[in-house]
Amino acid sequence: MSESPQELIGGAFILIGVVFALVGSIGLNRLPDFFTRAHAATKPDTLGLLFTMVGLAVLNGFERTSGKLLLIVVFVLIANPAAAHALGRSAVRSGIQPWVRADRAKTTQPKDTEGNHNE
Amino acid sequence: MIIFVIVVLSIALLLPFYRVLRGPTVFDRMLGVSVIGTKTVMLICLTGEFYERIDMFVDIALAYAMLNFIGAIVVAKYLDQTQGEPR
Repeated sequence: MSESPQELIGGAFILIGVVFALVGSIGLNRLPDFFTRAHAATKPDTLGLLFTMVGLAVLNGFERTSGKLLLIVVFVLIANPAAAHALGRSAVRSGIQPWVRADRAKTTQPKDTEGNHNE
Repeated sequence: MIIFVIVVLSIALLLPFYRVLRGPTVFDRMLGVSVIGTKTVMLICLTGEFYERIDMFVDIALAYAMLNFIGAIVVAKYLDQTQGEPR
């Protein structure tokens, strides 16, 4: 196992990016509402793609392909929040209510001191 | 090492299909499709690194990213005009 520091740094970047992608996928399934899911879908996904592409560019060296990889990063960094923003705006206009915690939804009732936080 | 990364990313790519199948609203499904598209771009580039032909695969990934973005924007505009008030 004698790897060059270029391979070590690139591999570390790729691993961090894939971990972010996995966290984003789990959050997309676990969160309760469309808006929280949009939060979980967009930000870790974009950051994971950024880390993975930078890691691949480090592995690849100073070539034309690395420039194309960074071009993908710039494009996704612009496009992914724009797409999520368009989806969120149309969701608001179609009347989806944001999720609130169960003990805050019941404003007429006295406050529950047991602290039933989740679901 | 690269094969381990590809396997983990494939698991992360299978998880949003559950949200696409059983999203309560159509926006959840579109969000899942967008996430799948972004992760597919990552998977294409890692596959190119695996086969050592990344100079070919990176062009496919760039085209796929543009197509994914256009699809999400078009569906969002369509839903905006059909379900909400017209702009």
